[in-house]
Amino acid sequence: MGSKVRKGKDQIAFEIIGYLLVFLFALACAIPFYLIIVGSFTNESTIVTTGYKLWLSKGDFSTDAYAMAFKNPQTILSAYGITIFVTVVGTALSIFITTMTGYVLARRDFPWRNGFSFFFFFTTLFNGGLVPYYLMCTTYLGFTNRIYSLILPGMFSVWNMIIAKSFMKGIPFEMVEAAKIDGAGDFSIYYKVILPMAKPLIATITLFVALAYWNDWYNCMLFMSTGEHWNLQYTLQNILNSSEALKRIAVLTGMQVGQLPSEGLKLAMTVIATGPIVLLYPFLQKYFVKGLTLGAVKG
Amino acid sequence: MKKLLSRNKVLLLMLVPALLYVIIFSYVPMAGIVLAFKNYRYSDGIFGSPWVGLDNFKFLFVSNKVWQLTRNTLLYNIAFIVFGMIFEVGFAIILSELNNKVFKKFAQGFMFLPYFISWVVVATIMLNIFGDHGVVNSILSAAGAGKNSIYSNTKWWPVVMVCVRLWKQTGYGTVIYLAAIAGISQDLYEAASIDGASVWQKIRYITLPSLKPTVMIMTLLALGNIFRGDFGMFYQIVGSNQLLLKSSDILDTYIYRLLLTTPDVGMTASAGLYQSSLCFVTIVAANWIVKKIAPDYTLF
Repeated sequence: MGSKVRKGKDQIAFEIIGYLLVFLFALACAIPFYLIIVGSFTNESTIVTTGYKLWLSKGDFSTDAYAMAFKNPQTILSAYGITIFVTVVGTALSIFITTMTGYVLARRDFPWRNGFSFFFFFTTLFNGGLVPYYLMCTTYLGFTNRIYSLILPGMFSVWNMIIAKSFMKGIPFEMVEAAKIDGAGDFSIYYKVILPMAKPLIATITLFVALAYWNDWYNCMLFMSTGEHWNLQYTLQNILNSSEALKRIAVLTGMQVGQLPSEGLKLAMTVIATGPIVLLYPFLQKYFVKGLTLGAVKG
Repeated sequence: MKKLLSRNKVLLLMLVPALLYVIIFSYVPMAGIVLAFKNYRYSDGIFGSPWVGLDNFKFLFVSNKVWQLTRNTLLYNIAFIVFGMIFEVGFAIILSELNNKVFKKFAQGFMFLPYFISWVVVATIMLNIFGDHGVVNSILSAAGAGKNSIYSNTKWWPVVMVCVRLWKQTGYGTVIYLAAIAGISQDLYEAASIDGASVWQKIRYITLPSLKPTVMIMTLLALGNIFRGDFGMFYQIVGSNQLLLKSSDILDTYIYRLLLTTPDVGMTASAGLYQSSLCFVTIVAANWIVKKIAPDYTLF
């Protein structure tokens, strides 16, 4: 927002300090990612003797950790499969329910919209706590070791619904009325008239919901006792936290635990689990920024 | 009524999935708070188990533990809110004043990046930098200094958590405030420039007052969750490090550990109810106060 008036001393001072602060903070945000990549390509013996380095010198370079991670790829591939499946299915369902609910509550001619809106909103104010929720999921809904226990908990968020509602309130009500006169039913108005006009909204919710599914480990931790349904993040967490996971890989690959590039493997797994997000990020960033602005509307 | 129902039949049907969802995942568990007043026995189920009055709460509060956890949760959240606000508003204002588009694009891109990774990855990053084999130790030992680890230094841990929080969330918050700044009329700034206002005066008298609504709403949202800690963050970064738990255990991580370790479901439920009630009271109170002083900014 620079003024067209000639820059005063204060402006110049502000800009110098401003550029410096932003540069330093952006650098602090970026460096850890660089270090993770450097670390994942570091020789295990270098890590053990001198620790992780700021940059790699000759002889430190090694792809052992990646070779290790892919030597018996079934752990990673299965985790990737679970994460992708859950993300795709969960996001699709979430978009459907969220926009459909938002549409109904945004309809000016729906007589009980305020009552229902409050019924939804109240759940953001009060909840029963972890124990009743956990018991509900495990003893009554049979969540233990089922793939849907990774999909259902993140499928509907009242906040996203409120964003959808306020977006759809912005679509002129005449659109609905015109479609009604043409004989369209309430569902086909939603599906054929409102949804096509709500593309920015759908893009936004898709990004945030998909990100939440991709980064989820909590539901895996709560509900998955056996490894068959572990997603990427939870597999990574286990590699970080327990030597058990390492031992499993050792058994699969026939190596001794002592020979495993365990330190490097952690970082290689981190790169493998985070890679897609960071690679897609430059293309998606502007949509996230747009989406945040969309969400800043009061419900 | 009947006519009204049949006319809105399809709309009502369209609400069913979401209604079922909140009933199953929110309202029925709300009824489950009766567990806090019962001695839960697996064989008798939630509603068949015998009532014990307030005994669960007595057990819960018998030690200072819960007070300490409440204090930790509260203080951490206050620090996150205050420093977060300063960083987010500050960087948004600075970025809005800078003109180099390429620089801004890259800087914002990097600042926003940490928001996209999970707390599991943040935990790896922390170990990579601050752990035993971490980069910091490599540099320290290369410089001839002894090894040092923040993981064994409880005193600094609150500062570490605030820094991690700022690292991960500032980019996100900055975007929101930048959008609010973009909405301020350019005429105001031009008029001020013509009157000879300095950058600082423009920020003080135009930008900051214009950001007030956004700041109020964001703070209100954060206040409502002031007794709810960020479970993912604390669980992944602090983990079960006994040394750190003293200064960095919060209600959420404590309740989760209770759920896993103690067979006393009633007591765990009472801890959860205690936390939920605190949250409920704060959000309603915060909203009520805002309604009194600035009715335009209320949440509901």
